[in-house]
Amino acid sequence: MTFWVSQSLNALALGGLLFMLASGFSLIFGLMRVANLAHGALFMLGAYLGLAAVKAGFGFWAAAATAAVAVGLLGGIIERTLLRRLAGRTLPQVLLTLGLAFIIADACLMTWGGDPMRLPPPPELSGAVRIGDAVFPRYRLFVIGASAAVALGLWLLVERTRAGAMIRAAVDDVGMARAIGVSASTLFTAVFCLGTALAGLGGVIGGPILSVYPSLDQDMLPLALLVVILGGAGSLVGAFVGAYAIGFIYTFGQVLVPDLAYVILFLPMIAVLSVAPQGLFGRRLG
Amino acid sequence: MSARVLPFAVALAAMAMVPLFSTSPFYVNLTSQVAIAAIGALGLNVLVGHAGLNSLGFAVFPGLTAYLVAWLSTVGGIDPVAAALFALGGTMMVSALFALVALRTTGLGFVMITMALCQIVWGAAYRWTSVTGGDNGLSGVPRPGGAWLPLEKPEYFLWLCLIVLALALIQLGRFFDSPLGVALRGTRDQPRRMGAVGYDVWRIRFVAWMLAAAWGAAAGLLYAWYHQFVSPHMMAVTASAEVLLMVVAGGAGTLAGPLIGAALVVLLKNLASIWIDRWVMLLGFTFVVIVLLMPDGIVPGFSRLTAWLKRLRPTPAPKLVPRERADG
Amino acid sequence: MPTLTKRTVACSWLAATALSALAALPAAAQQPPIKVGFMTVRSGALAAGGKQMEQGMEYCLAERNGMMGGRKVELITVDTAGQPATTKTRAQELVERERVNAIIGPLAAFEALAIDDYIRQVGVPVISPSAAAEDLTQRKQNPWFVRAVGTSAQANHALGEYAAKDLKLKRVVTIGDDFAFGHEATAGFQRAFEDNGGKVVQKLWPPLNVADYGSYISQIRTDVDAVYAAFAGGNGLRFLQQYAEYGAPVKVIAQMTTVDEGILKSMGKEAVGVISSGWYTATQDVPGNKEFAAGIRAKYGADPGYYTAGAYAACAFLDAAVKAVDGKVEDKQALMKALRSVKLEKGPYGEVTLDEYGNPIMNVTIRKTEEKDGRLQNVVIKTYPKVTQFWIYDPKAFLADPVYSRDYPPAKNLGQ
Repeated sequence: MTFWVSQSLNALALGGLLFMLASGFSLIFGLMRVANLAHGALFMLGAYLGLAAVKAGFGFWAAAATAAVAVGLLGGIIERTLLRRLAGRTLPQVLLTLGLAFIIADACLMTWGGDPMRLPPPPELSGAVRIGDAVFPRYRLFVIGASAAVALGLWLLVERTRAGAMIRAAVDDVGMARAIGVSASTLFTAVFCLGTALAGLGGVIGGPILSVYPSLDQDMLPLALLVVILGGAGSLVGAFVGAYAIGFIYTFGQVLVPDLAYVILFLPMIAVLSVAPQGLFGRRLG
Repeated sequence: MSARVLPFAVALAAMAMVPLFSTSPFYVNLTSQVAIAAIGALGLNVLVGHAGLNSLGFAVFPGLTAYLVAWLSTVGGIDPVAAALFALGGTMMVSALFALVALRTTGLGFVMITMALCQIVWGAAYRWTSVTGGDNGLSGVPRPGGAWLPLEKPEYFLWLCLIVLALALIQLGRFFDSPLGVALRGTRDQPRRMGAVGYDVWRIRFVAWMLAAAWGAAAGLLYAWYHQFVSPHMMAVTASAEVLLMVVAGGAGTLAGPLIGAALVVLLKNLASIWIDRWVMLLGFTFVVIVLLMPDGIVPGFSRLTAWLKRLRPTPAPKLVPRERADG
Repeated sequence: MPTLTKRTVACSWLAATALSALAALPAAAQQPPIKVGFMTVRSGALAAGGKQMEQGMEYCLAERNGMMGGRKVELITVDTAGQPATTKTRAQELVERERVNAIIGPLAAFEALAIDDYIRQVGVPVISPSAAAEDLTQRKQNPWFVRAVGTSAQANHALGEYAAKDLKLKRVVTIGDDFAFGHEATAGFQRAFEDNGGKVVQKLWPPLNVADYGSYISQIRTDVDAVYAAFAGGNGLRFLQQYAEYGAPVKVIAQMTTVDEGILKSMGKEAVGVISSGWYTATQDVPGNKEFAAGIRAKYGADPGYYTAGAYAACAFLDAAVKAVDGKVEDKQALMKALRSVKLEKGPYGEVTLDEYGNPIMNVTIRKTEEKDGRLQNVVIKTYPKVTQFWIYDPKAFLADPVYSRDYPPAKNLGQ
């Protein structure tokens, strides 16, 4: 029983972390059809910026906010100056975002050196709590809660606000949205800022669990892609379900079938895509 | 026809003559690496450029072949040439199985499912240490040949690579001009219409997949013989991404693009790093600059440039309509 | 333009000292410099270790005024990016383009294995400053290869005995990176521990790039005496931190790199109390180490660890061998012979010699991580003198067995 409780909590925490990582990617892909392959690098940049802010004397929460805003602004600049020129052209977008990922990752290595660094959780969230016989870190409980809060916030934004209505309209049909007076240009920039800011925030929130090190981006990007694909590209509910599904599959798969530890993430994805090529909650693309 | 062939002949001849001018075998070996990378990139270009199927798992084809030939010719103790034949055959069989899964999807789904397939083979290579050597890989892979064909010498090995590269260029050039090649581009641009007029879209894509696998396998075979070792790193996501970058940077859908892209990446990675410490960043900047100046890659970028220059003259302007794609 | 390369003519910045050295050794003025290839990692995940190697190397050359055996040293540094194929190309660059007299590097075991056949073919002396794969100096020993660090398991045999005899641990869980280095280290620990009456009752192998150790930590049995951790790079930091978050129910003993000085500086109080073993410890009291550790601290602001000491030792080995052949490094066979019979009286390791397979025989210390002088340090609690890669086992019998791996030696006490 303790086994199931503690591993389920592990799965929930990992799922929450993955949602923080993937929600921004999914949002951007859903609206703009841009597979932002620099997302992992932006996640890592967020973690490094958060760490730098903490070292500069900011509190954890201020550091998280700073990193999110800074990465979001960078995202906005990337969208305005570079991505905009390549609207609707998949391959150049791949080349551009991968190139940016190389630059950001190498710049992080240059700036902060190669030493892995720890980002301590805020003092009020350190330590462990006892749940039945299971011992569980308080910070991970926070991650479970925080990801749920982010998910709820995003859902409210998309479903209950005017901006959200515009986003939904543009996701369904950009041309039609423009025709009825939605400024797609501003909307695209805003969503790209929001999506990359979520990556930056995710980096800081994930920092105390993952620690901050070069190649964090390469470890994270495939996970983000997995979540988005399993759930269905561009669907917020899909990203949420995908993240928690992967959290559970990964955690229990590694524990119960250690020999499949490396492939456990990919087998279910292949199964899902073979049956439903657009993912669990995706719409058929193009 | 000959005007089309000429630049390739000149390029290959220039590469073949590197040993005559090079003061050190280093440059000969580097040229071999360009040739091997180009063969792989040409294979991926069938999918990316002509079938409109973007793969982030191409390294699985060279990886499978390299592991098979390495295992068969070291642990298995089989003659290198026989091992190569088995390895190529085995790769084609596995590739056909993979096609059954991968070709169910298109677009981003295809990107991800190819990445997943490659990661599964990568994971097997990593975890199944008793057979694959784990992260240590398999070393001591023998090159074929003997006194009559000293392939252990850099220049002979380069010439072998160039022969294979020439075969790839000839075969793919013919394929792209053939009715099947035209039909393949039809499935890229208008998959539904192609289906509606009676083409079997799946079968056309399957041919493209197997063709890509075959040239990927050839590149993997030469890779294993060149390095004389294999390790899981050659199937990492970054390895697949690198091949994709070669194709896109050079110009997807063109015959010369993959060659140019392969040369660019291999040389930046291995030659620029002699003079510049931060070569990863340089690589990143190069891609960004290419995208901004020539979004479709170097080769289409240059043809557009020359066309633009021609237009400055009072001859009638050639028609230059950017190709529209139905799926993105 | 070769003058713009990143090669370091190490002595040029110390012109005055060099001049006096030249005055003492007029022959040096005529001889071309000794070309040493140095393979490090400057990009990607392993860059931290690469940087520490560069510091050890730079310190060693500065200490010698950029001279070895009366000749200037020209150091040609290349970045392998931690990728085997790139490593091979860099090795070719060093041998075929730069025509180096010797190579120090590369960093990772899989990189060293990638160039193993190549260095056999071209016959260039290679000194490993870091790569610890057992077979490089065992079943697949290479006549052109010597090692300036221990094998993966070298210090872990000692820890196994210490855990059973001195700590009196009976049952232990092992957790380690799922790659050769982790497998070999754990195997060495398990063998010596079980030979002294201990039992390894559970073995866990998280993948190298696992996102989160939570699910593994929850599996670690709590009814045991200790958990043995074998991690490399930044994974030791992540594991110990996450383990502490889960309340750290069982005490930790560790393989060398888990709490290496190179990573200790990033750690917090979760590392305090961890007992580990290593063939280098910044605080160890052997002839020459006090000066070395203090010098590195003064110059780079951090304690030397695995990579710093390894690169320094590789450079010191080469220096000793070059001296032994009177600077005539062009005779590769003689240089290699001198390398294989290197004996150093002092330095980071204190006294060190090579066994007939080209692997160092040196002291192994048991240490405990403590907070001292405002920073985490490994404090020596016991020294095993002159430990070889074979521990107490007979080399012939040792080499007749399969190489250490995830499943060898077999763990017979799992689940007990």
